[in-house]
Parts: sequence; C-alpha cells; structure tokens
Amino acid sequence: MASVWPQLENLLDRVQKPARYIGLEQGMQRPEHGPDTVSWLLTYPDTYEIGLPNAGLQILYEILNERPDAVAERSYAPWVDLEELLREGDVPLFSVDTHRPAGTFDVLAFNLSAELTYTNLLNCVDLAGVPVHTAARTEEHPLVLAGGHCTYNPEPMADFLDAVVLGDGEEVVAEICEVLGEWRRSGRPAGSRPDVLRRLAQVPGVYVPSMYDVTYDGEHLVSVTPRHPDVPAQVEKRTVADLAEFPYPKQQLVPLTEVVHDRLNVEVFRGCTRGCRFCQAGMITRPVRERPTAQVEQMVRDGLARTGYDEVALTSLSSADFSGIESVVQSTVSGCGDQAPAGPVSVSLPSLRVDAFTVGVAAQIQRARRTGLTFAPEAGSWRLRQVINKLIREEDLYGAVSSAYSQGWRRMKLYFLVGLPTETDEDTLGIAELARNCVELGREHTANPSVTVSVGGFVPKPFTPFQWFGQNTVAELHRKVGLLREDLRRSRGVQLKWHDPKATLVEGIMSRGDRRLGPVIEQVWRRGGVFQEWSEHFDVDRWLTAMADHGLSPDWYAYRHRTEDEVLPWDHLSAGLHKDFLWQDWRDALDELGLEDCRWTPCYDCGACTGYGIEHVVASAVPPAGGSQGTGQDLATGGAVPVDLRRPMAAKAAS
Amino acid sequence: MRLRLRFTKLGKVRFISHRDVARVWERVLRRAGVPVAITEGFSPRPKVHFGLALSTGHESLGEYLDVDLHPDATAPALEPLAEQLSDLLPPGMEVEAIAEVDRRATSLQQAVTSCTWLYALPDAEPGWLSEQADRLLGADELPVTRTRKGKTVHDDLRPAVVSLEALERLDIRTTDRHPEFPSQGPFLRTELSTQPRGVRPQELLDVFDRPLRAQRTVRLHQWITLDGARHEPLLAATRAPHVTGPPTLAAAETAEDIAGVRAS
Ligand code: SF4
Repeated sequence: MASVWPQLENLLDRVQKPARYIGLEQGMQRPEHGPDTVSWLLTYPDTYEIGLPNAGLQILYEILNERPDAVAERSYAPWVDLEELLREGDVPLFSVDTHRPAGTFDVLAFNLSAELTYTNLLNCVDLAGVPVHTAARTEEHPLVLAGGHCTYNPEPMADFLDAVVLGDGEEVVAEICEVLGEWRRSGRPAGSRPDVLRRLAQVPGVYVPSMYDVTYDGEHLVSVTPRHPDVPAQVEKRTVADLAEFPYPKQQLVPLTEVVHDRLNVEVFRGCTRGCRFCQAGMITRPVRERPTAQVEQMVRDGLARTGYDEVALTSLSSADFSGIESVVQSTVSGCGDQAPAGPVSVSLPSLRVDAFTVGVAAQIQRARRTGLTFAPEAGSWRLRQVINKLIREEDLYGAVSSAYSQGWRRMKLYFLVGLPTETDEDTLGIAELARNCVELGREHTANPSVTVSVGGFVPKPFTPFQWFGQNTVAELHRKVGLLREDLRRSRGVQLKWHDPKATLVEGIMSRGDRRLGPVIEQVWRRGGVFQEWSEHFDVDRWLTAMADHGLSPDWYAYRHRTEDEVLPWDHLSAGLHKDFLWQDWRDALDELGLEDCRWTPCYDCGACTGYGIEHVVASAVPPAGGSQGTGQDLATGGAVPVDLRRPMAAKAAS
Repeated sequence: MRLRLRFTKLGKVRFISHRDVARVWERVLRRAGVPVAITEGFSPRPKVHFGLALSTGHESLGEYLDVDLHPDATAPALEPLAEQLSDLLPPGMEVEAIAEVDRRATSLQQAVTSCTWLYALPDAEPGWLSEQADRLLGADELPVTRTRKGKTVHDDLRPAVVSLEALERLDIRTTDRHPEFPSQGPFLRTELSTQPRGVRPQELLDVFDRPLRAQRTVRLHQWITLDGARHEPLLAATRAPHVTGPPTLAAAETAEDIAGVRAS
C-alpha cells in the first residue's frame, strides 16, 4: 500500500480542521524511497498546529532528505475525531507528505518535549500498527526513537522506546543512518533486532534503554547498569560545536493552515548560561553557541523572500543576549535589499527575560506591528529571584514596563512560577504587588492599561539544581493561586490566569520518574487518556487510579525532597553537567546567592564545555545592554526600551 | 488599479478553509512582489477582496479574488503574472484568468447572483438520479427546515434552483486539464441562487428521496446577472465602462467554456 490517501480523503469531510492532514506545505520535500534508503517518519506526538513549527523536527527533515541514503517524512498525532474514524476504517497512521502508512517506515522518530504527550506517543505507535512495547517488536517493525528535552529522563518511557537521542540531533542522525542502512542492506534477518539495538547503543549520544538492567532496593533505585561491556555506563549528550555549519532550516515549512508560531523562525543561538535554576532548557543546552550575525541576516533575508511571511522571530532562550541583535533587527525592519518582500516586516524575540534595547531599535520594531508584550520575572520578590538566579530587579521590570507604555503598548503579560523552593506567602503576594504597580505605571500613559498575570506551578526537572526539590502539592498550589485571586480581586486592570495544578502534578511525577511508571502511562493510554496537554482531555483521576493500581505513590515521586546521595533515575545519562556543580548551585540557591553568567565571567567548570572540549561561541566580549543579571544599564533611567518578549517556544535543540 | 483573478481549488488543497486561502494569497502576493495597496491604520492589511466563501472540503474551478494595486505602482504584465502566481500557489490552486477591472465594480460578494455546482456521486444509481432531478425540477415547492440563530426556519428551496441535471460522465478535457478533478460519476449539476440567501450545496441533496452525500462537490462557476443576462464575473467586470486593458487569458473563451466542464 503506497498511500492511504484514497481512504483518508473520504474521512476528512467528517473531521475538524482537515487541513491538518493534507501536507502540501511550501517547503515540503519530495522524498524518493528506494531499496537502500533508510526511511524516517518524524512524528510530533501532538496536533499538527503545535507540531509543525517544531524547529528540531524541521531541521532533521531537511538534513535527512539531503542524504542520499535516507528519506524523511512527517506525521502528527491525529485529533480524536480522526483517530476514531481511522480505527473504524482500519486505516493506519500516515505521513502527511505522501500519505504512506507509518508502519512501512524504518524509523518512527518522535519529538518528546512535554511529559503530557507521552500517552500520545503510545497512541501513534499503536495507530501505526506497531506493538507499543519494545520487547514485542520484531525485524518487521520500525524502530521507535525519541529526541527532545524529555529524553534527559526517558526512564518512564523506557518500555516503549527502542532508542533515545540526547542533545543536538544534527550530527548523530548520520551515524544512526549508517547503522540502520547496514541493517537494511542485510535484509533484517530474523533475530537481528537486538544486534542493531546494541550497535545503536554504541553510537555516542544514543541511549538504548533495553540494554540496561535496573535494580531497586524497596522503593529506592539502586543502579542502572549496562548489560554488555560495549554499552556505555553513562550516555553523554551530543553538542553541535558550531551552529554556523548548520544553517537549517533552509526551507522552513510554510503551512497552508494556521499553526502556532506562524512566522519565519531563525535560531540565533543555542544554549544559555544566564543560569536560571528552574530552567532545564538552559542547563541542558550549554554552552552558548551563537550563529554568525551575517548568517542570521542571510537566513532572515532569504527566508522572508522565500516564504512571504511578514514577521520573523529571532529564536533562542534569551535572544536579547545575541551579540548581533541590534544589527539584525536594524537590517530586518529597514528592508532586505532587492529581494525585499512588499510591506513592513516585524521582528519578535521570544524569550523569557526582561532585557532591553535602545530606543531607536524598539521604535523600529514596533513600526511594523504592535503585538502584546510579555515579561517573565518568574518570582514575586527579589529574595526569591535570587534563589532561582533570575536577577531581575524591580526597577528593571518597572523601567521596561513604563518604557513600553510610553512607546504605545497597552497590554502586558507577566509570567510567574509558584511553588518555587523557599517560597513564602509574602513572595507569592509580591506577584500581585508587581502587577498592580505595572498597571499604575501604565495609567500615566493610557486610560485602560491591562496586565495579565499568568501563573504556572513549578515542576523540578532533571539536570537542574532544583532536581532534588520536592514540588508543591496540588492543594498548596491551589492555595497560592487562591491567595493571588483574593488579593487581586479588586485590582482593576489585572487579570489572573493559572495552569491547572493537577496537570503540574502529573508532569512532576513523569519528569523525575523511573521505569516503574511505564505501566501507568500504558494504562492511562489504554483507558483513553490521550491529548493530556489539552485541558478538555486531561483527567488527573486516570493517572491517580493507574498509580494506585500499580502500587505507586504520587507523593513519593513528586513531593519528596531527594537527598544528595540518592541515585537519580537519570544518573546514567549526562548533559555534561557535573552533579557536584548542580548540588553546589542548589546549596547556593538556598543561601539566596546569585551566580553570574559564565559568558562574560570566569568559567565555573559546570562540565558542559570542559567535559566535551568545546566552548562558548559568543561574538561580543561584553554583556548586552539590559537590566538583567546585574550587568547592564539602569532601565529606569537609561532610556532603554524593551521589545516583544514572547512566551517560551524558544529554539528547541534539534533532536 | 484593481485586478480580478479567477483561480481553482482542487484536490487535496480543498481541505483548507476560506480563511486559509486568504492567508495563502497574502503570502503568495508578497512573494510575487505584487505591489498590493495597504490599508491605513493601526494594523495595516493588504487590500484584497474575496468572493463568496467556499466551504472547507468543497472544490472549485471558479474562485475569484480582487486585488487593489498601490496607486504609484506600474501595472504588471498580466499573463506572466498569472503564470508566476500559479507556480507559487500550492498544488491544486491555479490562476486561470486575470484582468484589470473597474475599481467601482460592485464587490464580488454582492455582485454574484448564482453558482453552478457539480456533485460526484459514485454511489448513486444514474437512472434514479436523473428521475429525481426531473422530479425536483418539476416540483412547485421544495420545503426545507433549517436552524438559523437557534430558531427553526421554514423555507422553500425551489425558487433557488435555477437548473438541475444528472450527468453520467464529464468532458474528457476537464480531467485532462485538471488531473485532480473528480472523475468518478455519476454527477449532478445544478445552478443555485446566492440571493436573497446563499443556498448551501448540501441543502439540495437533502431534499432527495434518499439522503445523498456527495463524494466531491465542485463549484464550476459563479455568475453575475447584468440586465437579465448571466455573465462570468471576470468578463462582466471588464465590460464595465472604464476598463483600460482587455481581459487576458479568458478572452478567447466563452463563459461556458471557461470551466471546461460539459456534459457528454
Ligand atoms: S563549562 Fe564553564 S563556561 Fe562552559 S557552560 Fe559551564 S560554567 Fe559556563
């Protein structure tokens, strides 16, 4: 069966948003399958709208299709309405490029960037007609791979994943292709699957869970040890040393229907050493590797001309830190030479920090389009911001906010975490205070300033200094949100939004969980728990029932503080970071000690460079202007103006 | 200067929404470097105007788009422009005709009075289909009930049905030119008024004796009635008094021929 389109097209009249399933994006590749090509189905385990823009997936899509020995197509989780019809009509999961059945590919490679998509991964594998358990798969079945940030603790998914890639995917996919190409050419003889997995386990950056034995002592993990001498005891992440060698995506996919981040996205650097202690993305993607400014400008110019987009996002974890930021913004908004598309172009900087620009640049940015502004102070008091090492002073925030109002912005969004280590009610209520003060500042410039406060529950993540911290209970998070609601009730101009603490609990269980959670995930999936990231489908009771059915305690997994000597489920994996560096940083956090950015200060030997013989690639010898990290100018008096700092979705490591 | 374009929406691309089509066009016009006029104000938008919305999942040989060009812009050569746009559009969308029209011509939304539709009904029996077509056409009244703003409304469909006929197969030229075109009959072809209200193609299928679901539904034409005569919208607008250039591409074809769909 070459294509399921003839069956599929009859179903698409009966589903919501059928454009999710047709492909045809500008930039879509024309993959030519052949006897010697390793075929990859790059799958995002959530809807098309969320998965399509994923940078990691798009980068690998191009890199693989450029190889003569590989082809890559894409797939996304079908929404529940189509899933029902697919199962009813016995139609398998398919690629959106050529509508080939998923089970005919050599590799199903998933992007795993959120714990609540785990059940969707199982669902996709099942819809492909592939056994969900790695142990039940044979030579006839595709290999099930995963990459993305959640793979730094893939243990809860160990039963289902044949192999996991840690870190940047650009280089390692070539090595995987070689192993799989050989397997293909050998005709995949019966019984050869364990051998190919063992060979994959020897590729640096590839972790094959089934090649390791796990022992427990009561509820505690004792060890995770390789079964064979040629399988590494610790799997190290992959790091691309020089981003300039990978100017991808060269042909960013432009979808025909609306998706999130629907704009040109150009990654300006990878990694971040601001050192925010809650931020896993920052820790695991060290060191900072900037793209040369000229290359960024070229990618922006070519990308705009090719796609017809009128907006470009310069992506990274903190784009205002990019050495060439002023030059890129300047050249983008002032037109791109001969190939300039008609009309104004706007620039956005998805980033979490209160960072700053000169008035001139900000004025240029907002010339094109005035979107909402987002700042992420993360915590309500200076004390707590020292604990989390997000060294934004109140003056920084107020300076940024009033500059923005004075430049004509009317709406702000402020992001905060609750449930951070050492948080007191005073810290929590500080959030309300900050928000009210921002509205007050706005009144000097506009009659109806509006500030939306968005509050998420903190989930401690592996490979961060907070990995030892027991997260707040659902009840405690509810109480803190309640405090804020009460306090903000009569505050005009402030809206409060919050993330469901019950979802935070499930994320917390999975984020630091071990292999014993596999059956829990499977049970939730079997009982219909898919699309758990979507509030209309999320059901905490399914998870709690499954935990109870398997004799596991949510409290033990999520709420318990870990001790220094505890074996953590991800200790046999490595993001380069020394465990004692993280522990010291955790102690510093509790002592309310901030740590400066190692880009412009001496190295702390965290391990991310020193362990791999690489270093920061940063063009500027001095920190950027800005009120953060105690390095920049004073925003309140310095006349600096912030730019569009939107919500996360910063550059994902390609994986 | 205002350009009116006629384009297709066939095959896989039929599953994108009217809104999606608008966004695709916005980007394609930018990529082609067409100097589109921009609205003034807080969030400037390109001045483009679409005709009657086509439901997601329906196909078309006759979609229209009016594009206002920037007052200072030099007029682009039309034939190469049509080709260039077709290359940039996704598969299944193609510009089939383009002409300069009078800026004061009535907007497409208001001017179009009826549409011709083709339904592909491979599961229907041809004899029964033509019987039914005759019966419906002969009826004095075709009562339907529908819900509008939460209320049940009674309506007579008959005045909206201008023509209705069953076809066993299509002219081969159609499928030659558009490989995506539905090829499995039998078919029904009908002309439905869009005024005073736009009748949805499915409403007609609902008044058949047995419920019918079309496998494919294609808009073949949109029509503008001027002084009692029916005109293809591109030709209709270029006949208005202040036209500077002749219509291109479409000029040699009669209105009926444009869509290339004829019974055989
Ligand atoms: S090894 Fe040193 S320079 Fe590199 S990220 Fe760690 S602390 Fe910074």
